[in-house]
Formats: sequence, C-alpha cells, structure tokens
Amino acid sequence: METKKTGSFLSGGTIVLLVLMAIGAYAAIYRFAFGLGASTDLQDNFPWGLWVGFDVLSGVALAAGGFTVTAAVYIFNMKKYKPIARPAVLTAFIGYLMVIVGLIVDIGKPLSFWHPLVMWNHHSIMFEVVWCITLYTTVLALEFSSAFLEKWGWTGALKVMKGLTFPLVIAGIILSYLHQSSLGAFFLIVPAKLNPIWYSPIIPQLFYLSAIALGLAMVTFESVVSARAFGREQEKEIVSGLGKGTSIALLVYLAVRVADLIVRGAMPMVFQGGAASTAFLIEIVVGVVLPMILLSMKSTRESVNGTLLSVSLVIAGIVMNRFNVTFFAQTSSGASYFPTWKEFAITIGLVSLAIFLYRLAAMYLPVFHPAGAKTGR
Amino acid sequence: MANAKPKGVLVDLTRCIGCRGCQIACKQWNLRGVKHTVMYGNFTNPPQLNSECYTNINYVEQDQPARPVWSFVKNQCMHCKNPACASACPVGALVKTQEGPVVYEFDRCIGCRYCMIACPFQIPKYEWDKTLPSIQKCTFCSERVANGLIPACVKVCPTQTMYFDDHDKVIAEAERRLKSSPGKYINHIYGKEEAGGTSWVYLSSQPFEDIGFNTKVPKAELPDLTWASLSKIPYAVVGGAVVLSAIAYFRNRGSRAEGTGGSDSEKEG
Repeated sequence: METKKTGSFLSGGTIVLLVLMAIGAYAAIYRFAFGLGASTDLQDNFPWGLWVGFDVLSGVALAAGGFTVTAAVYIFNMKKYKPIARPAVLTAFIGYLMVIVGLIVDIGKPLSFWHPLVMWNHHSIMFEVVWCITLYTTVLALEFSSAFLEKWGWTGALKVMKGLTFPLVIAGIILSYLHQSSLGAFFLIVPAKLNPIWYSPIIPQLFYLSAIALGLAMVTFESVVSARAFGREQEKEIVSGLGKGTSIALLVYLAVRVADLIVRGAMPMVFQGGAASTAFLIEIVVGVVLPMILLSMKSTRESVNGTLLSVSLVIAGIVMNRFNVTFFAQTSSGASYFPTWKEFAITIGLVSLAIFLYRLAAMYLPVFHPAGAKTGR
Repeated sequence: MANAKPKGVLVDLTRCIGCRGCQIACKQWNLRGVKHTVMYGNFTNPPQLNSECYTNINYVEQDQPARPVWSFVKNQCMHCKNPACASACPVGALVKTQEGPVVYEFDRCIGCRYCMIACPFQIPKYEWDKTLPSIQKCTFCSERVANGLIPACVKVCPTQTMYFDDHDKVIAEAERRLKSSPGKYINHIYGKEEAGGTSWVYLSSQPFEDIGFNTKVPKAELPDLTWASLSKIPYAVVGGAVVLSAIAYFRNRGSRAEGTGGSDSEKEG
C-alpha cells in the first residue's frame, strides 16, 4: 500500500499509527494523573509488569541490532553490511528513546528519573543500567547525527563525526555488553524467587547472547519490511547473510543455555510439566530451535518470506524469554498479574511511536542510501 | 548515638498470644492509616503487610494429632545486616544505619521498585494509589532507637515476645534459650544466617517452613550475587576496549587508506 519513497507521508498505515499513539498518550496522561494503582494491575506481590518486561527488558534487547551491526561493519570490517549500518543505528536509537520513555512512565516518581545520574549507589545493577542506557543513547545519537549533518550539508561537522566513528562504535559495543547483560543481572539477587529454569549465575551472559541473536533478527526483519514498505529492492545477499548470522547466534545461545541447565541440574524441571516448564519449552523450541534450524537451511534464507517468518519467531521467542524471567521471578508468592488495557495501550503506543519515528527518518533523512558524502568511515 | 552498637530483636514465637497490640502500637507511632479488609476465613488481618501496615500477626492453625496448634507469627522487615533492597536501590534511598534499622528516604527514591523485587522476605510495599508514591516498610522505629528508646511494638507487647538489645546479645539470648529449654524449640534461629544474617531473629516451637517462613532464603549475603557481576565492569571496559581496538586495527588494515578519502567502498544494495 505504501507509495514510493517520496509518496505522501500521511498514508493509511500512518493514520493507524497516529490513532494508536493517541490512545497510548491518553493512557499515559491517565497514568501520570492518577498513579500506577489506577492504571495498572501492578501489586505489592507483582511490582514489575508489562512495562518492565516489554518496554524495558525486551526494548533494550530489540535494539541490540545497533551494536551487533556496527561491530560487524566497523570492527570486523564486513563491508557487505555497511548499507544497513545506519538503519540499524536508527532503529537502536529510536528503540532506546522508547525505553527511556517507557522507564519514565513506569517509575513511580517520573520527575525524579534523573536521580541515578547524581545520587550514586554503585552497588546497584539498576544504577549501572540507568547510566549505561543514558550513555549508550548518547552514543547512538552521535552516531546517527551524521544523517542530519549530511542532510544539512555540514561537511566540517561530518568530518569530525567520521573521526569519532571508531571510538563511538567501541564505546557502544562495551556499553551494550554491560547493560544487556545487566538486565539479566537484575535477577541474580533473587535466587529464592526466580524459577530455577531461568535462575542461573550466568543469566547476565545468557541475556547478552540472546540479545545478539535478537538484534540480528530485528535488523533482518527491519531490512525486509522496510524494503517492502518503501518500495526498495530486497537486499537479498544482506538478508541471507543476516539470517545465517542469526542462526549462528542462536546456536551459541542454545548451546550455552542447555549446558547451563545440565550443569545446574535443572534439566528435570524443564520436562516436569506445569506453567513454567511449558513456557520454557515454547520459548526455546519455537523461539530458538525452530528458527535456528530454518535459518541454517539455504532454501529458507533465499526466500524472503521464509527468512521473515524465521526471524519473527526469534523476536517472539526472546521477547517471551524476557517476559518469562520477569513473570516467574514474581510468582513464587502466588501472585497473579494481567496487564490492564491502559498498560497495553501505552506499550502499543510506544511501539507505534517507534515505527512512526522510523518512517519519518526514513523518508526525510539519508538513512538507506546515504547521499554522496556517505556514512561515517 | 551514645551506643552505636547494632541493635537486634529476638521474636520468641512461643510467647506470642496473638493480641495484635504490636500492630496497633506500630500504626500509632508511625502514623499509619488503615485499609479496608473483608472476612476471608482467616484471622490474619490485614492478610498481608501493605503500605499502611508495617507489621501484622499471621494466625497459623495446624491440624496435629492431639489438637490443633496455633502459631502467631509476627511479620515485619527483618533488617538484614547486608540488605538486598539497599544494594538494589539505584539512588541509595534505602540505607542500613549503624544502629541496625534499614531506613528509606523518599526524596531520593525514583520508584523503580527493584527493592521490592530484590527483598527475599517480600517486605517493601508500595503506595499504588498515590501519584507520588513512597516505598513503605517497617523502620525498626529508627528515630526511637537512635534516641535510646525501644521500638513501639516491643514496648507494647504484654508477653515479652520480643527481646530488644545489642544484636550480639540478642543472638546470645536466643542460643541460651535453645540450650536451657531442650525440646521446647525447633533447633534453629531463623535470621541468624538467613540472607547473611538479619537484625531480627526468631525462635519457634514449630518447623519454620510450616508456619509461613521462607526457608529457601539463601544463607549468603544477597548483594554479593550482583556485586560479583558489577565488580567485573572495570575489567570488561578495559579488556573490551583493548580487544575491540586490536580486532578493528587488524581487520581494517587493508582498507584504511581508501577509507579516509571520503566516499568509498559502499555499493551493493
């Protein structure tokens, strides 16, 4: 339905996005005016819900394409992927902006969101995560700034940014490792609460490895979908390569995950039935094993639809992992939780806003085919 | 101030008669309101701690061969020696004081609720109904203790269920009671080792797991678990920077010259 690159901005899809954003905005205003109790199903026994599970934990992992692709292009010099470096940075930048908005909506005192930047407790994982997210969002803003500089033709500033490419990329990769893994490390402190299927001393590393797979899957998804939406030709070679990368990342993740379960003696719990083991099996079989096998086959990777389906499974599976961890860390008290429509509305509104911003940038900035001056380095 | 030795309380559950005087005294001293509750087939009221209720008595009835046995279990913050909540808090809004109480400062708090997740005893509660909510939990009557008084609940208890003193003396007293009345108690001081040790400890005649205590709480100090991850950050940063720079240098050696020229290698699509 979307018209060509320069088509009208206000397409049918955009109107849907605007409506969803408006509903989300209403829910957000309601939440700020009347508090968390009035707008969510959060309770003393279930203090972290949809917004932490999706907007923050999943959101950060979904934005992992930024550091994986810049690492591939700039550190490992895989030039083939250069055309998607800027779109990946854009997705990551928008993703982190949404994470920050999501965090501000979620915390009880939104106007105090800046406190961790001045009131330090360096023993707190949350403190570290807030700092990393702040710094990494700054890195992404700088990395993406070259798109603006190109558009405005500020060649001097562009040259400066180009010189900063390597330091920024390296800082981005390190910061990403730190906080992607720390989102898992949140749960190290609850050995008696989190279900042993997920509680592991290496849960930080598991979060990191799964974020790499998810980041690659997201970049693949985005390449395919945006090519369709903006009437570009599919970048088959890149998509196929990303599919392969995703498959390898899934294999590494799966191997570590299974080895961890065996070493900890938690394997029997996986097959004992019940909500937790069922949730785990869906997460792993549908979200990891199946797409890993599919993407390892050349025939899947050569089919745009096959690749799209496979990476969608990865996205669903690893988002489900973040939900499972959040959920099964809080059910030991017998609590139950289901998000209210306002919680859903805000999350859906944020996703819509992200797509909207992406579309805006893609239409008005040199994202896919950087102008003559070209991207950083 | 005069005596900065950390304080503790021994709760001897065999002495509690379930009068709930402590619940009332706590509300009075800490200016807590009430929440509406309904009958639900159990005498515990309110059924759980909440933002207006720092302490309650859990009424546990156990069917035993001879006759039912009642246990009255006082709940409140355990005031861990190295509290998970305080280590979790990104802004240091929860702090373990020298005298023993773990205290909360609203002005620092951002409301992330990680303390609620981190606490192994499910103690911190939230003011969900407010637009500027506080974390609420037992304060160990920190202002009273700092001024040489004993906590309100301890003061009001008619049966001396609670013994307040320096923490080491509290532990010694618990051990003395275990030794001097063999058979009266389960041979365990709950809180002596749980979560690395807590300022409040319990003695009971009934197995702790049967009367609502979480006996799965690890003996280790929980903040050590996250610190193991945090303390490696400097190495990750330095190591990461070195390794990544090295890889980038060697992988990009060939293309260095062409890259600096400006527009270059990128084609395909």
